[in-house]
Amino acid sequence: MEFVGEKLLQVVIALAIFAAVIGIIMLLVDRAPKSVKDKVTVAGFLAPAAILMLVGLVYPAVRTSMLAFTDASGNGNGFDNFVWMFTQPEALTTLRNTVIWTILVPLLSTSFGLAYAVFIDKARGERVLKSLVFMPMAISFVGAGIIWKLVYDYRGPNIEQTGVINFFRDALGMDPKQFLLDAPENTIFLIIVMVWIQTGFAMVILSAAIKGVPVELIEAARLDGANAWQQFRNVTVPGIRGALVVVLTTITIATLKVFDIVRTMTAGNYDTSVVANEMYTQAFRAGEPGRGAALALVLFLMVLPIVVYNARVLRKQREIH
Amino acid sequence: MTATPAPKEASKAATRQRPGSDPTEDAQPIMRRVKTKLTSKWATAAAIIIAVVWSVPTFGLFVTSFRPAAKQIGPRSNGWWNAFVDWDFTFKNYADVLTPAGSQSANLSQYFVNSIAIVIPVTVFVLVLASMAAYIFAWGKFKGRDALFIFVFALQIIPLQMALIPLLQFFTQTLHLPAGSYAQLWLAHTMFGLPLGIFLLHNFISEIPGEVIEAARVDGAGHSTIFWRIILPLSVPALASLAIFQFLWVWNDLLVALVFSGGTGDVAPITQRLAELSGTRGARDYLNPAAAFVSIIIPLLVFFGLQRYFVRGLLSGGLKG
Repeated sequence: MEFVGEKLLQVVIALAIFAAVIGIIMLLVDRAPKSVKDKVTVAGFLAPAAILMLVGLVYPAVRTSMLAFTDASGNGNGFDNFVWMFTQPEALTTLRNTVIWTILVPLLSTSFGLAYAVFIDKARGERVLKSLVFMPMAISFVGAGIIWKLVYDYRGPNIEQTGVINFFRDALGMDPKQFLLDAPENTIFLIIVMVWIQTGFAMVILSAAIKGVPVELIEAARLDGANAWQQFRNVTVPGIRGALVVVLTTITIATLKVFDIVRTMTAGNYDTSVVANEMYTQAFRAGEPGRGAALALVLFLMVLPIVVYNARVLRKQREIH
Repeated sequence: MTATPAPKEASKAATRQRPGSDPTEDAQPIMRRVKTKLTSKWATAAAIIIAVVWSVPTFGLFVTSFRPAAKQIGPRSNGWWNAFVDWDFTFKNYADVLTPAGSQSANLSQYFVNSIAIVIPVTVFVLVLASMAAYIFAWGKFKGRDALFIFVFALQIIPLQMALIPLLQFFTQTLHLPAGSYAQLWLAHTMFGLPLGIFLLHNFISEIPGEVIEAARVDGAGHSTIFWRIILPLSVPALASLAIFQFLWVWNDLLVALVFSGGTGDVAPITQRLAELSGTRGARDYLNPAAAFVSIIIPLLVFFGLQRYFVRGLLSGGLKG
């Protein structure tokens, strides 16, 4: 295992360099003359993060936006990449799938998460029950892909099935199904994997929000004769509106960027590709960085309304402060 | 235990459950009791179904990973649930995926070390740099502070896909970082992790009482002293939750790894190897479950060990947004 030592040495060196840089910054901040001390402090504390974000996010985003208007050899080609995207059948399928993903995943994850959070609220063993549903959050998308390939496993008819779902189909007298191959419903079966992962996230946030709804309000509704469903609809849901928005937003953004699930389960074949995956395929496999960039730009435009909305909420909050 | 409790007992029970309610207002305790019981019975059933559906896939993988090859693929194979009837388990799969044995072997231990060598520096970098920036955004005074903070928040939402191509070019052509080195992965992950890190930590650090910082300043402490001696120790819960987040993301990442690892096994993380293994259908498919479980075990340990902080971190970023 000699490679371990060498690799860990690299880690130690990197950490040492990092510590030295931070140390020098702190020294500069402390030693700065009084007249410019505040400015040096702001610059010193902010500069490392600012430089990294400029190089890693702002500059690439600008570059990609420009790259979107070039062809495979880097010459400008106007809107050709976008024309390709909105006319080619495969590209259109990709866009259609992305829309289906971004509608279904936030909706289903939030519904399941909310229902589960309500059901297990104050139940015995709440912590364990929460962990079970939350656990997929800790598993990588690649790992989840392997887990669900096992669940969706298919054998020809009249052979013993090894996938759980086909086993049940068999038991019910139905033919086994190739869940990942049969378009268009195979997209739904990929979406289920994402819902499986995101429900835990929704559940934890919403569960905490539910506990924040004043007991008196629920009690008052109960005394007014509201049944469980009415209490939920008229008291609980309005009380957790803020958390619901956060959950829906976060899951929507995560879904727009989804890549690994599609990559590991079908690699985007059988009409299951989504924008994030197609972007990778075009840019790094098909030698069409222009098309990849155009897809990335479309992805950004899809997320933009959410950014604007959240930035406005944030600004309002800071004004109140 | 009687089947129908006397009204007095029932109202007593109701009082015990809800200490805030006035027992004299419970006009029809028996009816209400029956009603709540009924809804909670259905709710319990639904909750149990969700919990089972959400855990079975992972449990199936776990069981499968201990089954001999012949039981997983080939003519004598059957579903993992049969393992409890056959009672045929083996550790051979784990031995096979972990030890190097020829070019075909999964050789996961090497990738496992890579994952650790990637994730530890990145977590340290992001924690330190993000908390420095968050401190200045919360307590520094400079023009355009709020606008800049909202800009950083918005950066969170740039799809990674948009940044990859230009960043890769920048690393190899401008910085001349060797292809397939940890440095590229460290830098890329740190850049991508900063916006959310700053946002999460800012929420926490801005809530530290101003008097504490003012008192230190009166005592003559400079910014760097305040930051290291007061801000960081007080922010441990938020730092812990961000550390877990960051750890899980980097450990579970596939996209950044695919782009910046240079395609060789020298620095590629375990998720990349896993994706390769599961992407190729072949006689060694029976090793995938064991390989997947090896990759899952560390995040699961981190997650269950530090779950408390994880949830708190989600909330500090979530509910205030």
